[in-house]
Amino acid sequence: MSIRIAEAGNEGPKVRSDCKVIIELRDSGGLEINVKSKVKSLYGDDILKQLQELSDYFGLKNALVSIIDQGALPFVIAARFESVVKLLGISEREYLPAFLPQNKYSTRRDIFRFTRLYLPGNTPAMMLNAGLHGSNGIILDLEDSVAPAKKDEARLLIRNVLRCIDLFGAERMVRINQGERGLEDLKYVIPQNVNLVLVPKCESVEYLKQVDASIARCKAPEFKDHPVFLMPIIESALGVEMAFELAKATPNVVALAIGLEDFTADLGTKRTQEGTESLYARYRMVNACKAAGIQPIDSVYSDVDNMDGLRENVASSKALGFEGMGCIHPRQVPVIQECFAPDSDELDKAMKIVNAAIEGEKAGLGVVSLGSKMIDPPVVKRAERTINLAINLNIIDKNWRDNYVS
Amino acid sequence: MSANMIKNAAGRMVPDSINGQPAVPFKGVGKHRPEGRKYAPPIPSCIDYPDDGNKVVKSLKEALELCGLRDGMCISTHHHLRDGDMVSNMIFDLAHDKGIKDLVWLPSASFPVNDPLVSYLIDGTINRIEGSMNGPLGRAVSEGKMKGTAILRSHGGRVQAIQDGEVKIDIAVIACPSADMFGNATATEGPSACGVLGYAKADYMYADRVIVVTDNLVPVPCFPMLIEGNYVDFVVVVDKIGMPEKIVSGTTTITRSPDRLLIAELTAKFCEITGMLRDGCYMQAGAGGTSLAIGYYMHQILKAKGQACQLGFGGTTKYMVQMLEEGTMKHILDAQAFDLDAVASISRNANHHHYPVFNAYNFHSKGNLTSMMDIMILGATEVDLNYNGNVVTHSDGYLLHGIGGWQNCLHARNVILPVPLFRDRIPVIVDEVTTLVGPGEMIDVIITERGIAINPKRLDLLDAVKGSGLPLKTIEQLKAEADALCGIPKKPRYKDNVVAAIKWVDGTVIDSVRQLDI
Repeated sequence: MSIRIAEAGNEGPKVRSDCKVIIELRDSGGLEINVKSKVKSLYGDDILKQLQELSDYFGLKNALVSIIDQGALPFVIAARFESVVKLLGISEREYLPAFLPQNKYSTRRDIFRFTRLYLPGNTPAMMLNAGLHGSNGIILDLEDSVAPAKKDEARLLIRNVLRCIDLFGAERMVRINQGERGLEDLKYVIPQNVNLVLVPKCESVEYLKQVDASIARCKAPEFKDHPVFLMPIIESALGVEMAFELAKATPNVVALAIGLEDFTADLGTKRTQEGTESLYARYRMVNACKAAGIQPIDSVYSDVDNMDGLRENVASSKALGFEGMGCIHPRQVPVIQECFAPDSDELDKAMKIVNAAIEGEKAGLGVVSLGSKMIDPPVVKRAERTINLAINLNIIDKNWRDNYVS
Repeated sequence: MSANMIKNAAGRMVPDSINGQPAVPFKGVGKHRPEGRKYAPPIPSCIDYPDDGNKVVKSLKEALELCGLRDGMCISTHHHLRDGDMVSNMIFDLAHDKGIKDLVWLPSASFPVNDPLVSYLIDGTINRIEGSMNGPLGRAVSEGKMKGTAILRSHGGRVQAIQDGEVKIDIAVIACPSADMFGNATATEGPSACGVLGYAKADYMYADRVIVVTDNLVPVPCFPMLIEGNYVDFVVVVDKIGMPEKIVSGTTTITRSPDRLLIAELTAKFCEITGMLRDGCYMQAGAGGTSLAIGYYMHQILKAKGQACQLGFGGTTKYMVQMLEEGTMKHILDAQAFDLDAVASISRNANHHHYPVFNAYNFHSKGNLTSMMDIMILGATEVDLNYNGNVVTHSDGYLLHGIGGWQNCLHARNVILPVPLFRDRIPVIVDEVTTLVGPGEMIDVIITERGIAINPKRLDLLDAVKGSGLPLKTIEQLKAEADALCGIPKKPRYKDNVVAAIKWVDGTVIDSVRQLDI
């Protein structure tokens, strides 16, 4: 016998900006809609109308449709409704809310990825303003933050978020699930102009190639020229040993991230503040990334109340060669951003070197020297990188040499 | 006498009489001056009071009877015990048991602890509340369950109404954490210590009869005298006046919401960039989670620069105490202690002073502290395109909050409202406020997580933020952004009858609230 009643979404005293939709199929009697909403006097009519339209769209004729609403925005209500429709097997149609024009931007492989903010994939309240916190990327997570029973509904929610919520220029990232489910996830999210896909527990070059190929197949015509980059996450001993191969697996891999919670579990040890247990893994990963010409990205720092601990963690991460870190709370963003940015000593030194290089070139000198000290070309290159970074972060002006006194 | 509705200077329809008394419609900011002499209580004579100074009677019931409690009287209370207040309900329980009707309750604010009084609104023990209507009390009033018309006044407006005789207190019942037999009372000691008692100052000076209720009777003299025994008729000792854990307000910890923290950080930055936050400035912020975070960020800014604000006024929290103790605030003027750290600080810190709202907010005062404040951080349930503010009703038309000091604080030099652009699905910026509580000409800046709108009349501020990199928007842009996400909410439907009148600081009626048609 087929299912006659199903539900999707969340309810409860702590749930905000979300709703639960319950649909009970009936043999006759037409459509009955029950609206229970925290904002009923203000939006009750709108919600009723939306549920009627959704029912029409999916061809729902005889059913009891109930909503328990905690102030969900319309795109959330639509995603929840569609999830129930899919559970009941009523329709295969997709209900796609309007794509915000400001969400149609693309990305580049060489942008900074200092900060990327993780958002649990089935919690709308955290998503609405996520783009305001200034992270370089926003990760809509379908994997560990979503309960197994909620995986399907999270896909539709994330699909709608990618269309309807302004992410204010942050790189649009999705972390897919592992294995087959991960490949299936791509069908829902890739057409929505995703910029980068995080591939969890990555150990296999073959799998990365499959992901890459699936992405190419899933792209919407409108965004077919937009690259979709890959950031495999290394979370196991085998993954660490495979780091270089994974970094080179496809040209779309732009970074490797390390996930230390799972990695330390795989080692059979515990994660410490000093991180000695993962030192080898991090060295190795940084080295692999640099060898492959991509960005090494460090694990998240999970104590959100400890900003000093975070600051220390970023400093050591930067010293190892990492070029970014995950954030699990928006307040971590400015701290990480600030720590990865060049400090004034680094900047002074870089300005001196770059200035000397430019002056040297003007004078037709083949070598660059600072005082009596010769400067090697790679050192100049690194100094230029630091300067560019500072310009991009608005720490110095792009015409800094106009007023530069060496 | 039935009321006619007339349009006031703000374009709002208000009744020309309230509860049978004539009412003056709002004339505009700074346009109304009550004349004559201040109201005075009856002349007492010391020969009517015991020579040994012992005014203790055996129960609150006896004290109320000795004060001649009868139908129609006006009873005042203060809210320094906040949600831990056990005295206000006690009064009306006793009145109810005696079958007394039509009382007027004049609290300085109400709290969830007062929710049980709804039944006395319905059975007529209480004719009306003149004060704040929070939670279920507001709900009952909005649904027309109260016999009389509620009057909402600001903290300063309450003092104004008492002083110019608009409201006459028959019996002031003052819960005091410590008192002596003569009626001298203080608030820093005792099991229900609440720090200060400023809201009761007008009550004890102007009421016909004054009852001090304490759970900590101390030998004469009880110092420092926040209540002077010379004004007190009776002293009552009860087991408990308050629940200490609830005297601390629910909102006195810094918000953890990333969006609110973002608003707070933007606000502190705005104050820094515009030069309001500077060495020697005067500031006031409330005790909501966002306000506390603003205080925290301001503290960091001042500390980094080695600067200090000269004084902070208002509800005091542990965060202000931290500023005082770490040298970023030179004086705290304390109208209300929001947490136990604030209570403790009053005895510990010489620069933490008791400062009643009587001295800060009162329209009939020869000048007020609020107009001197450089930075004023306030909240609002709604702000409209003309910068008008609402703090008493929600967009669904329900009365849910009191005015507090909000209207009085609008007189500061720079009034800043850090508010979220929308709460759940409900936009904060609307085309027209559901209830007008503060005129837009007095509100300078709206700071949301999605941008800052500066009142166009503040050319100086617009100038000060040029090239600052702050996310500036017009209020129309902010509204459009919220509407695109949330949709436009439906307006509430009302019946004809007025259930509450909103007073401006000078005693005129700025708006009225009608019964909801539900």
